[in-house]
Amino acid sequence: MSSEIYTPEEMMIVTAARLLENDDVVFIGIGLPSKAASLARLTHAPGIALIYESGPLDTAPEVLPLSIGDGELSRTAKAVVSVPEMFNYWLQGGRIRTGFLGAAQIDRFGNLNSTVIGDYRAPKVRLPGAGGAPEIASFCSRTLVMLQQNPKTFVDAVDFVTTAGFLRGGDARERLRVPGRGPVAVITDLGVLEPHPDSHELVLTKVHPGVSQEMVFKATGWPLQTADVVGETQPPTAAEMRVLRSLRTAMPAGPMVGVV
Amino acid sequence: MPEFIGLREAVGKYVKPGCTLAAEGFTHLIPHAAGLEIIRQRIRHLTLIRMTPDIIYDQLIGMGAADKLVFSWGGNPGVGSLFRLRDAYERGVPHPMVFDEHAHAAMANAYQAGASGMPMAIFKGYRGTSYPEVNPNIRFIECPFTGETLTAVPAHRPDVAIIHAQRADRQGNVWLKGILGVQKEAVLASRHSIVTVEEIVDSVDERQGGVVIPRWAVTAVCHVPMGAFPSYAEGYYERSNAFYVKWGDVSRTLPSFLEWMDTFVLSTDDFDQYLQKLKEHGYV
Repeated sequence: MSSEIYTPEEMMIVTAARLLENDDVVFIGIGLPSKAASLARLTHAPGIALIYESGPLDTAPEVLPLSIGDGELSRTAKAVVSVPEMFNYWLQGGRIRTGFLGAAQIDRFGNLNSTVIGDYRAPKVRLPGAGGAPEIASFCSRTLVMLQQNPKTFVDAVDFVTTAGFLRGGDARERLRVPGRGPVAVITDLGVLEPHPDSHELVLTKVHPGVSQEMVFKATGWPLQTADVVGETQPPTAAEMRVLRSLRTAMPAGPMVGVV
Repeated sequence: MPEFIGLREAVGKYVKPGCTLAAEGFTHLIPHAAGLEIIRQRIRHLTLIRMTPDIIYDQLIGMGAADKLVFSWGGNPGVGSLFRLRDAYERGVPHPMVFDEHAHAAMANAYQAGASGMPMAIFKGYRGTSYPEVNPNIRFIECPFTGETLTAVPAHRPDVAIIHAQRADRQGNVWLKGILGVQKEAVLASRHSIVTVEEIVDSVDERQGGVVIPRWAVTAVCHVPMGAFPSYAEGYYERSNAFYVKWGDVSRTLPSFLEWMDTFVLSTDDFDQYLQKLKEHGYV
């Protein structure tokens, strides 16, 4: 397989995976973050500790879970804790470095919405809601966010702040007195955005190969600023692509009866 | 010492119209059989509590059993929307409901507070989010020692908790293994608890791994093999991810949902017959 043939989503997953380190401890949302974290574990970060909110601590799934509570996650975990223990001791207690989230909407200050599109009481679309996200983003030292970039997802202000990023920017997050630094990188199918050190507005820092800045501007619902130098991400290596495409999502045909 | 009774009798005896019910399970060990029995008995006006309402709550809501939902994540895990929940929220179908919406940390703490006999849970949550603006049950208090602002939510005190577990022993001690969710907390926070189990064995204890909920905290034990299907019971059967995917199609419109419920739930007498019918139609 040529390393030059890959989809925008694969580019996005590979880019996100590279931001995870071998000694990272990562609280993982389902979907793309889960794929990126597994890719990191199976390539450059074999020592990474993966944590899912359902309770598995330090898990090593061989097939990608469909839900955050698949049996594969508990069977391959060092420990499985109750949900109150997960949120109180491990998350609120400050024992997790990286929170890895998706969302339906993000705004220029990295606030996330996964609750409603439209008005809360009479929404156009009711989304699943918060889950663990608000506290993941408060108590992990840093947050990584992955979502597709288009004018519907990248909006000037989110309809509902499910998860606080930098609120209205500046020192607003500091005044919240949460330990986490907030979203340090937003990885999309077009590139990477990072918060400006002072204003905390998301600015474009990298584009993926073949993506122009103009394309990113058009996909963003606010006048997007860029870093002084906008870099280009490295395309996936052949090894990354091999591992990524070998990841399979758990999809058994039905129950398999038999006592372990 | 819990009573060992059939599921129909347990639901009829403890799940009363208008009561507050927590049928918990975090992806794993979801008490589907018990939920379907509530639907068969047409028990209504329930306040449903659940961190992660999924298919069984979608079914209860779609059949009009619930007046209120207290929750923190309402979706079909890994698949997408719960369409009956969405219809209730977006369009008041089949009737308008009250929604008391939280995040997971608040819900987990509210169960723990209920289990601990506390009126409220204190934690650090919701900072900077829109939730306190839309939910009056999210309030802030000052720590009397440090002056720090903390978040408070009321404790969950359900009338009845329903959970599914792998095993109970003949004394009624309950044994769960794998992803534990908030099941123990839900049982201990509730006035009554019904536990459906895969198997009844001579004796359980924590030397076998897992977690034991001792018998005097359990009201009723019902032997319901496969009672978590299409969720899973670690050591017994896998999650039927295919069913979860299929549910997205079945539940998308109200007519197709109602037809499915009529065929598989209302036209069967109990969970065994329901499973048999699912097998005949290739779902299992």
